[in-house]
Amino acid sequence: MNVSLYIWQRATAAIMAPMILMHVVVIFYATRHGITAVDILARTRGSMGWGVFYALFVVAASIHAAIGIRNIVAEWSPLDDRAAGIAAFVFGLVLLGLGLRAVAVVTLP
Amino acid sequence: MTSELKVSLWRGGQSGRYQVFSVPQRENQSVLDVVTYVQRHLDPSLSYRFACRVGVCGSCAMTVNGRPRWTCRTHVSKVVKNNGLEIGPLENLPIIKDLATDMTGFFEKWRDARGAFIPTKTRQHEIETIAPGSPARLAVNAAIECINCGVCHAACDTVRWNENYLGPAALNRAWTLLNDVRDGGNRERFEAVAASGGCHACHSHQSCQEYCPQALNPTASIAGLKRRTAQAWLKGEIRIRGRESKA
Repeated sequence: MNVSLYIWQRATAAIMAPMILMHVVVIFYATRHGITAVDILARTRGSMGWGVFYALFVVAASIHAAIGIRNIVAEWSPLDDRAAGIAAFVFGLVLLGLGLRAVAVVTLP
Repeated sequence: MTSELKVSLWRGGQSGRYQVFSVPQRENQSVLDVVTYVQRHLDPSLSYRFACRVGVCGSCAMTVNGRPRWTCRTHVSKVVKNNGLEIGPLENLPIIKDLATDMTGFFEKWRDARGAFIPTKTRQHEIETIAPGSPARLAVNAAIECINCGVCHAACDTVRWNENYLGPAALNRAWTLLNDVRDGGNRERFEAVAASGGCHACHSHQSCQEYCPQALNPTASIAGLKRRTAQAWLKGEIRIRGRESKA
């Protein structure tokens, strides 16, 4: 971990914190009001707002998690910093791909 | 008091074993007294390190019943368990022999953290006036009394896991110099502590402040370094340098 990775991880955490709160509020709202998956998809499909919201969350989460994984791998495995960085980068890309795919399925018209 | 203490002392190098000695228990007795008794009366081949015996020099730190401690100021009555003591060398440092560790790496990290004072004036200059109540001086005061005993280094989980980590003692030293208005080495110091293995590797477990015999708080010093290096990096004042990767 160097100062650059430290700031990226903290900055993405700062972005995600209010988004997670919003996400949880939406979950409570949906469950309390008995909104079904079909109702949810009807609201999210074609919604630019939800698309941007969750795409930004996925990007922030991928960066944040990849940096965390890099630290764990560097400290707990025999891999050196460089190899841990490569492994974490690949992990972040996979997370980004899976996350954006899910966002696309839920929000694209 | 005439009872006997059962004292297990580490013997050998990295691979060794604990050897049990019987030492007379006294009413007032430090852990260092116990080790010295063994060396003087039971086994003169025992190796250990001490100098001042009064908590100033930082030479005599050892692992006592699983915890790093300065042995000269640790009263036996406070740490004894079931009338026994287990005394080993400090963790996270190579063992030379018995209770003596090789502190070379510890001090190399001090050097790598730019722990040497870089003067900006000569004796021809006026003596710098430093207000005792200034925020920078107060920050220095809180961290300056380090005696380099290595207890925090031995207690630190991150030191154990990450051999590139500079460690709490070296980073605490860097923090005191960063707040010393007379010092001229801060750019290099910022870059040294902002690199991989620097202050941002700290997980804030706080074992350093838990075990520091001087009651210092290196975790707070490291948090200060994190703040100041982050600000310097965002302002473009420092570049990130690599440090050697682990083997």
